Amino acid sequence: MSKKKFVVAAFDDEDVLFPAVKKVRTSGYKIHDVYTPFAVHGLDHALGLRETSLHTAGFIYGITGTTTALSCISWILTADWPMNFGGKPHFALPAWIPITFELTVLFAAVGMVLTFCYLCQLAPFVKKHHFHARATDDLFVMVIECTAKTNVDDLMGFLSSTGALEVNVQVAEPEWWLGTYDKEQQLIKGSHVEVA
Amino acid sequence: MVAIKQQFEVPAKLKTWSLALTAIGALAIIIGFVHWGLSPDQHQKDIFWGTVMYNSIFFMLITNASMFFICATTLAMGGWQTAFRRVPEAISTVVPIFGLIAFSVLIYITWGMGSSTHIYQWLNKAQLEKDGNAEVLKKLGFLNPYFFFIWTTLAIGLWSLLGYRMRKLSREADEASLKGEEPGRSFILRNTISAAVFIVWFALTVGSTIPWLWMMSIDANWYSTMYSWYTFASSFVSGMSLIALWVIYLKNKGYLEYTNEEHLHDLGKFMFAFSIFWTYLWFSQYMLIWYGNIPEETVYFKHRVQGPYKGIFFLNIIINFVCPILILMKRSAKRNYTLVTFMAVLIIFGHWIDFYQMVMGSIRKESASLSWLDFGTAAFFVGMMIYIVANSLSKKPLVPKYHPFLKESLIYNT
Repeated sequence: MSKKKFVVAAFDDEDVLFPAVKKVRTSGYKIHDVYTPFAVHGLDHALGLRETSLHTAGFIYGITGTTTALSCISWILTADWPMNFGGKPHFALPAWIPITFELTVLFAAVGMVLTFCYLCQLAPFVKKHHFHARATDDLFVMVIECTAKTNVDDLMGFLSSTGALEVNVQVAEPEWWLGTYDKEQQLIKGSHVEVA
Repeated sequence: MVAIKQQFEVPAKLKTWSLALTAIGALAIIIGFVHWGLSPDQHQKDIFWGTVMYNSIFFMLITNASMFFICATTLAMGGWQTAFRRVPEAISTVVPIFGLIAFSVLIYITWGMGSSTHIYQWLNKAQLEKDGNAEVLKKLGFLNPYFFFIWTTLAIGLWSLLGYRMRKLSREADEASLKGEEPGRSFILRNTISAAVFIVWFALTVGSTIPWLWMMSIDANWYSTMYSWYTFASSFVSGMSLIALWVIYLKNKGYLEYTNEEHLHDLGKFMFAFSIFWTYLWFSQYMLIWYGNIPEETVYFKHRVQGPYKGIFFLNIIINFVCPILILMKRSAKRNYTLVTFMAVLIIFGHWIDFYQMVMGSIRKESASLSWLDFGTAAFFVGMMIYIVANSLSKKPLVPKYHPFLKESLIYNT
């Protein structure tokens, strides 16, 4: 875990953000991430992010649920403890479909939520640095990672010219760490962030 | 704006092929009529008229589903379909013509053949009284030739009329006078009102009474509360497939420049989702009857699941559930023109089979045979549908240029 230097630019309009993202990428800067108050259609394409594999994971969880349900019920009701329900055969497939369906949905849903949290590094007591508080309210915040070669002043000027409302430099921890809300402010002010 | 091909011109080849298909179908129907329809055996006659009946009902309902699609998206303030909206509009122009055919067939069965036919046992009151069939006698207030005639006339007439109103309104979107906020607002409002009226009538007919009257009453003693929804799901998913096929055909010919994978993706989603919805209803209907195991209810499934219709019954599930869920699940599949074409044809065929077993499975319980008459009759309707839709497409610009929601459709992103 090491702190890195970031240039942070805040925009107040999607229509300004999109060309800015394009310009920044064609100029060869590496965009760390863009934080938006709501899901912006097409931004993932503009950022060149790869297609998420969350749905593939969901399919696998679903199939696992289906097989779990079918194998459990069929083993219980035909081998382990066969019982006569209303004269139906022991292998009464139609009657098992609702439970199989429920378990498929349950596995897929819970599995996908947990996978999503894992991918986004979301969990209780997991803290990440917030680059701009208004990213959850009304600003689109673009964060660019600086390398040794990056000329920060040039970059800041460049970002202002693309229409950014405010531009600043932050040295921050990109990874997550354990913490609680009451300690968070202190962490950011203290050791984790220096606003230039 | 780049110049686009606004006006569809019917290719001579399409005309020839559709007319040839219609002619082959008509020939099959005539031979079938001579072979079965003129037979002294009432059962043979019933088989012929049953075949013509389920085909005319099926093709009328799937073309009517296009108008339902337009009205439902209009009510939902949807904009994405505007770029290809003229396609379902053109498909819905078939409704009055197929409606007339279906109407004639249904009226011939209930009034022409009357109590001699076994298709609708409720037509023969004397027999019902002799059998002491109190269950059906109770239903005669609803199942009688007079109500059948009135309700069928109203249903087909109003689908045609309300559909015509929607299409006429849509013409305004070609006029420059629709530019600006005020005319646009009033246009959307008038569209919404017309669409709402159609939807209400659609719910009262396709969503409930019409399948009871036309198809469920073949087994007059049996009933299922799922039946109408099931019929609706069947016809709607085939209707969406039909729209997808026409959109892909036009794209292939170089029209509909503004329609792209994004729109195809959503059509694919409809095909996928409503296949699952259909299965949900299929299963709900089947499972409860299987579980309850009451003779009055299982009578519908007995010869379908264990008798001569077994093959068709399970083929139905494979085509209409297993194939769509496995093939159309992936995003890339729904954006692939070839795969969507394949699935659309498969789904339409699958639901045609479904209608076959729903109607013929009750008329002809002793044996199942999908014969040349079934395929011939289907060819007749398909050929005619292609001819009429192509003709209607060529009469209006393909893109409603001044529709207030057009831009929404152009920049559409799934």
